[in-house]
Amino acid sequence: MTRTLTVKRAGPGVTVQDLGRPGHLAGGLSRGGAADRLALAEGAALLGQDAGTAALEMAGAGGEFEASEDMRIALTGAPMRASLDGTPLVWDASHLLPRGGRLKIGGCEAGCYGYLHLGGGVATDPLLGSRSAHLGTGLGRALQSGDRLPVGADPGLRGTGQRLDPAARCEGGTLRVVAGPQTGLFTPEQIRAFENSTFRRDVRGNRMGMRLISDAAELKPGGGLTVVSEVIVPGDIQITGDGSPFVLLSECQTTGGYPRIGSVLPADLPLAAQARPGTAFRFQFVTMEEAMQIEHLEQERRQKLSKSLRPLLRDPRAMFNLLSYQLISGATSGDDLERENR
Amino acid sequence: MAIASEWPRISALGTDGFLVTFADRLNEPANRAALAFRHALDREGWSAVEETSTSLVSAYLRFDPRGSSHAEIRENLAHLLSRENWLDAPLPQGRRLWRVPAVFGTEMAPQLEEAAQAAGLTPKEAIASLTRSPVRVQTIGFAPGQPYLGELPPAWDIPRQSKLTSQVPAGALAVAIRQLVLFPVPAPTGWRHVAQTCFQLFHPDTDEPFVLRPGDELQVESVGAETLERMKADPNGGARAEAIR
Repeated sequence: MTRTLTVKRAGPGVTVQDLGRPGHLAGGLSRGGAADRLALAEGAALLGQDAGTAALEMAGAGGEFEASEDMRIALTGAPMRASLDGTPLVWDASHLLPRGGRLKIGGCEAGCYGYLHLGGGVATDPLLGSRSAHLGTGLGRALQSGDRLPVGADPGLRGTGQRLDPAARCEGGTLRVVAGPQTGLFTPEQIRAFENSTFRRDVRGNRMGMRLISDAAELKPGGGLTVVSEVIVPGDIQITGDGSPFVLLSECQTTGGYPRIGSVLPADLPLAAQARPGTAFRFQFVTMEEAMQIEHLEQERRQKLSKSLRPLLRDPRAMFNLLSYQLISGATSGDDLERENR
Repeated sequence: MAIASEWPRISALGTDGFLVTFADRLNEPANRAALAFRHALDREGWSAVEETSTSLVSAYLRFDPRGSSHAEIRENLAHLLSRENWLDAPLPQGRRLWRVPAVFGTEMAPQLEEAAQAAGLTPKEAIASLTRSPVRVQTIGFAPGQPYLGELPPAWDIPRQSKLTSQVPAGALAVAIRQLVLFPVPAPTGWRHVAQTCFQLFHPDTDEPFVLRPGDELQVESVGAETLERMKADPNGGARAEAIR
């Protein structure tokens, strides 16, 4: 029998996401994929599977889910209130979702995008090499109540009941930037203002990008300059007509004509993606050599995430809020044998 | 203002890409140069390169920085650039002429009159002008399979609307800045919606998901609403392709 996860109820922005569809820029299709790539890597580490495994991305709020058989799950990204049959579940951890158990995932407590990973991964049919929904182009759609998602076979190598300490990324901070093709269109004063101002995320933002506002910086490029539309990539910081920076994210278009002051490093994009309206940012230029070093270290760190896992139940004496933990996680659901015999 | 006066220009884009830009504004030789240079990049097959693309006057390359350094890629690009005068490059091989039926004006394309007026033409003159000769696919971009077509006669150098149309349907043909755009998916736009086709430009479930290629040409043909209605069952919406020799 196929393993399925049934969506009993879903928030408006729950979609299947993996690492997207690279290689179609020339056709006008941007890569897309998970808004917070680090959260994908964390979920993959918790469940011991490939970082490209498809998961559910939950924008703002989750939903209610039920599994057709026992499944391993992991929860990462923006922390959300989650419970299994009424018992709270720890975020940034792996758990057992027993057959028929009701998994409830509520609203974000911080950040924007939470992730529900399944042992074996979401196994919908790939389209152009990816399972990611790309809503702007009509690929896939947001999940609805009643959807039944096929789930892949799970060798279950790493069990459940593990947790990791996530890199903080829901509170804004400094976004490191490399110069790009149009950085030279901005005056030294504008570059200084860009680096020395605090920006806040505007209410306008989605998987395509986020607008930032600041009363300090005067960033309009001078001289009535127009830029011929050219290739744009996630991380690019467009300066729009009113001087506001717009940081492009995973599902941005493939070309654009706004001048770009620079590009945010991929290592810092999870900070941008997870920012709620009002979150404060600063920008800091780094050289390409520094950027390469930062990216190299971040890739190494992500590859070693699985080594940083620790058991959810390691030391109950150190768990000040012991009663809020789901203590059976990592064990069996207790009636596995009965079920097999049924 | 630090604008390089020399073209073409090589610039890093993000942490894993380069743009090679052939001009600071759209022109035909620079458009051909971008297409030909990308084709040459694909032929070179440098091991670290993961993707290439073009836009109106530039070629883009994405690479794996673990496979080649920025300095190496930049040097290779400069070497390839110096090998020939790319502005003299011919158009790509295998180009096709597409004859595309479209309904101008009516409630299906409500901005024909407004666009014609902006161009200083009557609606009838506008239709004649837009169907007189083929327009070329200068680039595919923004949305999947979406062509930018040109170059239209000078009268069509009209600005985009300051206020966006909240949504045009798939198949909409819209005009601004001496170009036409044919929309593959419903989208908000500042371009004026002058005609409606039922040409489906994006087929995600096939081996060739993007119907049009840069260099292809489109001859728009004005038809009545009933004619277009009959063509809806055809994924190409009645559009026919022939090879350009």
